[in-house]
Amino acid sequence: MLYFTRWKALAVILTALVVCLCAVPNFFPEATVKTWPKWAQRHLVLGLDLQGGSHILLEVDANSVKKDKLDQVRDDVRRTLRDAKIVYTGLGVRGDNVEVRITKDTEYQTALTKLRELSQPLGGLMGQSGQRSLEVSDAGNGLIRLSVPPAAINDRIRQSVEQSIQIVERRVNELGTVEPLIQRQGLDRILVQVPGLQDPTRLKELLGKTAKLDFRMVDTSLPAEQAQGRVPPDSELLMSSQSPKTPYLVKKEVLVSGADLTDAQPGFDQRTNEPIVSFRFNTSGARKFADATVKNVNLPFAIVLDNEVVSAPVIREPITGGSGQISGSFTVQGANDLAILLRAGALPAPLSIIEERTVGPGLGADSIAKGELAAYVGSILVIVFMLLTYRLFGLFANIAVTINVLMIFGILSLLNATLTLPGIAGIVLTVGIAVDSNVLIYERIREELRAGRTAISAIDAGFKRALATILDSNITTFIAAAVLFYIGTGPVRGFAVTFGIGIITTVFTAFTVTRLIVAGWVRWKRPTSVPI
Amino acid sequence: MTTTQMVLAGLGALIVILSIVAIFDLLPSLRIVPDDTKFDFTRFRRISFPISALLSILAIVLFFTHGLNFGIDFKGGTLLEVQAKSGTADISAMRSTLAALQLGDVQLQQFGGAADVLIRLAEQPGGDAAQQAAVQKVRAALGDSVEYRRVEVVGPRVSGELLAYGMLGLIVAIMGILIYLWFRFEWQFALGAMIANVHDIVLTIGFMSITQVDFDLTSIAALLTILGYSLNDTVVIYDRIREILRRYKKMPMPELLNESINSTLSRSIITHVTVTLALLALYAFGGQAIHSFTAVMIFGVVLVGTYTSIFIAAPLLIYLGVGEHREDADKPAAKPKP
Repeated sequence: MLYFTRWKALAVILTALVVCLCAVPNFFPEATVKTWPKWAQRHLVLGLDLQGGSHILLEVDANSVKKDKLDQVRDDVRRTLRDAKIVYTGLGVRGDNVEVRITKDTEYQTALTKLRELSQPLGGLMGQSGQRSLEVSDAGNGLIRLSVPPAAINDRIRQSVEQSIQIVERRVNELGTVEPLIQRQGLDRILVQVPGLQDPTRLKELLGKTAKLDFRMVDTSLPAEQAQGRVPPDSELLMSSQSPKTPYLVKKEVLVSGADLTDAQPGFDQRTNEPIVSFRFNTSGARKFADATVKNVNLPFAIVLDNEVVSAPVIREPITGGSGQISGSFTVQGANDLAILLRAGALPAPLSIIEERTVGPGLGADSIAKGELAAYVGSILVIVFMLLTYRLFGLFANIAVTINVLMIFGILSLLNATLTLPGIAGIVLTVGIAVDSNVLIYERIREELRAGRTAISAIDAGFKRALATILDSNITTFIAAAVLFYIGTGPVRGFAVTFGIGIITTVFTAFTVTRLIVAGWVRWKRPTSVPI
Repeated sequence: MTTTQMVLAGLGALIVILSIVAIFDLLPSLRIVPDDTKFDFTRFRRISFPISALLSILAIVLFFTHGLNFGIDFKGGTLLEVQAKSGTADISAMRSTLAALQLGDVQLQQFGGAADVLIRLAEQPGGDAAQQAAVQKVRAALGDSVEYRRVEVVGPRVSGELLAYGMLGLIVAIMGILIYLWFRFEWQFALGAMIANVHDIVLTIGFMSITQVDFDLTSIAALLTILGYSLNDTVVIYDRIREILRRYKKMPMPELLNESINSTLSRSIITHVTVTLALLALYAFGGQAIHSFTAVMIFGVVLVGTYTSIFIAAPLLIYLGVGEHREDADKPAAKPKP
């Protein structure tokens, strides 16, 4: 056990050295590291609990996605039957299905065939699942039932999350934060992590809005106040966005939607000096808006944002320039945010915040200071104790443990892993057990000495027997760390990472570094007794 | 230089001096455990087993009567850590301000320094949006007099999932370790380790129930670490038992177990001293955020884990029938020659 070939010793030293060197960038200020070559820049990332910031978990509203999908199916059915000139009654969404009754028996089969054509294989051209986007069934008595299978709904949710991620990205980037992390989580969730944010209120406001903007005509057939209970079928009653909340009767037909905007900027009205948002349509939007305004001069139209009427100005003259402005008693911040939302686009479905964890920068800095202090004190106590217990071999153990900790930092840096406060606790704990491998070896050596072996033979036997135990005991601990990594999120995962890596480096140093040091000492000293 | 830095520098200097002294082999040897101890650990099982059984039952009773103090991770709700900008926080004034908001159960608690207050809101009825609205109300009510150091909001669905994942994790970890031990040892060892394991977890949960520390994701992390450590210890002793079983075919089981425990005793104690030193440093200096985490760990690793490996896990093997099929195992053996 004490004999190392030259190349083997060299390999061990090189591995340890290279891994330790990976930790180097962490000891320099970030600005300095930025000037180094790219490959040398890998460093630890501080977790949100240490540098401050917001962790926000968003969930796509699955019910809303489902409802949109069913509404779309209903519209498709209406268009299909109308195009085929088939007479129907009672078309509508009932529960999770769309139902329609074909009036004439003779047209029933044609209707069924036509509607079946609406159903497509899932997953586009590559769809091999055999699943279809729509199930069309004959419910008897002229009734056709169309249902959307769960797989199709999930497909929709998945698409919706993908689109939402892009939009959320654009909105978050507008806040000018450094390195936000935005990623999908599970089927219907989006994780947003924004480091260094003092107050997440604005971020949450930006994320919480769907920002669906429509331009529609106001229904002037009867005053909104009297429309309660007898709303015309192609209109709906919407409330104004500012208080006092006043009702507006607005046509359902959308003249131009927010999707046709190319730009939106906050500004001030030149006459009233009120904050406004000015916008610009793309070509098709500009044409649609021009057509609508030409036809409806002197009539009011409504600017509807997330089903609330922002303002309802009267069209004085046709607007053909493709640009306009929204004024609605905004604050400067409000106008700014609306412009951001309009530029980023509307979310396909509402998002709700289901988890939020925000740490202020003050607490983060405190945690770093406390974690560092605890780490220093813990390490010093352990080091002194080892020196007092094992003397020269205690020194060997301390060298091994120092290399061990540097290697943990090196590997964490290589992985660009996140260091959290529990992660620091994991490192301190590793110091506690890393010495255990040395203790196991040394105690075994002492036992072998007592059993009457010579110094060198005792050391050799001590290593041989203890290493099997070290492996066994560390694998069990590693299983616990691995499980923790899979179930944990955020800070807890940070603990699992440092703890797990600590176990690996501990086994590595026990098998190689400690052995190499002791072997070197044996070759140099040729000891007849062991100072242990 | 601050006082802390000076103390650290002093301790660093001490290490350098000790290291130099160690190189020249001038240090006196510190022996915590004398060589060749001959404690009759296995006989103590007649006391330790009933005590453990009693404590476990007590822990389970406590769990059902007192319950665990579920944190927001598992219960849902809102937690705000605020720090008064004026130096000290007037908790009673804050309490009445927040009570006026009618947000249901609101708890305030001093947290660390005199300026720090932890505010907990129960989960609000009305889904995820209602939780966010409650936070806004609290922020508006407390205004700019405080700095918001930490805000955590966990919605009802997430909390349910976190709890399920946490429990699943514990079970998966125990099963994983069990299977590993089964492969490496005989099944009796795996079973013995698992009983010891469950005993550790039950007692630690009892401790959490008495102290009413927050039971959250960090507690699950603490439980899993305790599990890992306690097993680490158990495995070291089991390894030795297996080795002696192979070497001395005729030694009676109780004597064999005593021999195994005694020969690893020095290691057990020294390792526990080092782990305790590390944990005490974390407890004393690591700050409020990991206070309950380290407290639970000190209880579980240092107190329960060590005790379990020596007084439960090892003696259990007698009852599980380890070493019964060796030839002449029951006859008292001659003193084994090394």
